[in-house]
Amino acid sequence: MLIAPSLIYSLIAPILIVLGGALIGVLVEAFLSKAHRAAVQITISIGTLLLALQQLWRIRDLSSTTAAVNSVTIDKAGIFLQATVVVLALVAVLLIADQENFVAQASAVPGSNEEKNSLQEKSQQTEIFPLFLFAVAGMMLFPVASDLITLFVALEVFSLPLYLLAGLSRRRRLLSQESALKYFLLGAYSSAFFLFGAAFLYGYSGTISLSGISAAAGSANNIFLLIGIVFVSVGLLFKIGAVPFHSWTPDVYQGAPTPITGFMAAATKVAAFGALLRIFYVGFAQEQTLWRPLITVIAIITMLFGSLVAIAQRDVKRMLAYSSIAHAGFLLSGVVALSKDGLVASLFYLFAYGLTTIAAFGIITLVRDSSGEVTDLNRWIGIGKKSPLVAGSFAFILLSFAGIPLTSGFIGKFAIFSSAYKSGYISLVVVGVLSSAIAAFFYIRVIIMMFFTDPVNDSVSVVIPSVKSRISIIVATVISIILGLMPSLLLNAATTYANFIK
Amino acid sequence: MAIANYLYLSAILFTIGAVGVVIRRNAIVVFMCIELMLNAANLAFVTFARINGNLQGQVVAFFTMVVAACEVVVGLAIIVTIYRSRRSISVDDASLLKR
Repeated sequence: MLIAPSLIYSLIAPILIVLGGALIGVLVEAFLSKAHRAAVQITISIGTLLLALQQLWRIRDLSSTTAAVNSVTIDKAGIFLQATVVVLALVAVLLIADQENFVAQASAVPGSNEEKNSLQEKSQQTEIFPLFLFAVAGMMLFPVASDLITLFVALEVFSLPLYLLAGLSRRRRLLSQESALKYFLLGAYSSAFFLFGAAFLYGYSGTISLSGISAAAGSANNIFLLIGIVFVSVGLLFKIGAVPFHSWTPDVYQGAPTPITGFMAAATKVAAFGALLRIFYVGFAQEQTLWRPLITVIAIITMLFGSLVAIAQRDVKRMLAYSSIAHAGFLLSGVVALSKDGLVASLFYLFAYGLTTIAAFGIITLVRDSSGEVTDLNRWIGIGKKSPLVAGSFAFILLSFAGIPLTSGFIGKFAIFSSAYKSGYISLVVVGVLSSAIAAFFYIRVIIMMFFTDPVNDSVSVVIPSVKSRISIIVATVISIILGLMPSLLLNAATTYANFIK
Repeated sequence: MAIANYLYLSAILFTIGAVGVVIRRNAIVVFMCIELMLNAANLAFVTFARINGNLQGQVVAFFTMVVAACEVVVGLAIIVTIYRSRRSISVDDASLLKR
């Protein structure tokens, strides 16, 4: 006997709105003439994201474990994470709307006449907007998913569009396509691990819901549980780019179109950490002796590796990729803390880090020469004298990454490490502070290069950004500055919203 | 306890797939190995559904098939684009990002 499922539409409306916007975007591609598509797509994207944000605000105090038949748990932390994803997407969509960064026709072979023609016609690949919205919808579903099917489907819904978007860079297309291939093969590999782990969690508990897995604690098949936890963790740790599953990060960050890199670096981390926090805090909290030592070791290796390897980088996008690996390590400390403090700190950190990251990649799109973006650090020498404002903002962002006091990065790190300290993980705090010090070295080296080294005679210039990019970069930077000066604004919200329904 | 054999088979298939991804060089073959891993996970799900005596595992298997089909669409699109611009789908040739 089948029972008709009941959905509480008002609670899952934010996700459905974004999915609906993406579907309308696909129809626009089919039915609208080329000339109007870009403007319509941008409007749809911004409109759906604003509407989703408004809906999230409406349901901000509601919660339910049965919003979609036990598959989706809408709770405070889930709503906070969804809102974070939508805000980051709103900031990023303005950067993405700057078509200068995207390929004119993705199917044209690089260097062919077909490509030259499409460049001359000024045609645009406007499919990026529906793809982007699908990714956003998946990212909103991932942190609220409370069973293994929904987790897996959400993981794929946000990953598949990102694999494609990574391959759509306008310049250096071979590099971009290669990064798409790498991202796809390694991403699919890791989701196969995730699925295999999910199978063993199901075998262990006899149920696919996270609360059911938690309730099955103490059952005899501990070996199934261990296999399940390890394999599921591999899948998730890949998405956040933790060592030893980080090898895709630098390549994809470098190859993908820079606005996509920024969006991916910020929003994927929010979604994946949201899901990771929910799985470990809700599903595996009873079994902490099994996974806490494991994740602690991974966090330590990740922090040290990211910070040390970043020193050797000569490309600014690769440097930020390794810095994001180090940040994944810091964030893992919040997972290991397994306390309310840890959750508050993680929520704050994800929001602050996400905005700063989008601002950083937004600024990278501005430094160009005749053949496109310049990401070689040696050619960034003296940028501070050519454009003090842009270089100054970038310097501020780097200081925030480094965690210098009075920046949002400092507050985030402080909150994360104090939660780890309270939970008794002093080793994490020591390594974290140590690797922050190492990381400060290469951030400050870039600042010195920009401001205190004489510029060589070079064609590199800082372009005046379009209005959309300008709004995006300014908004992201200003919010980062405000969060550094008045962190209590967001910390209070994070404290109120740091609650998973078990 | 004959049903445990299906789990062993699933583990063997998964291992063959996982090793294949690492040692094979043709992007299509690597991709097939990933599909093998997904199917190994499916087999494990169905076996556990039988052991646990409920249907959830079988439902997951259906979802996995759909997701795997979507993955094929995206994956082949990327591989075909790479082939058109390089005339090769060896993952070793795709090494511009290593310096």
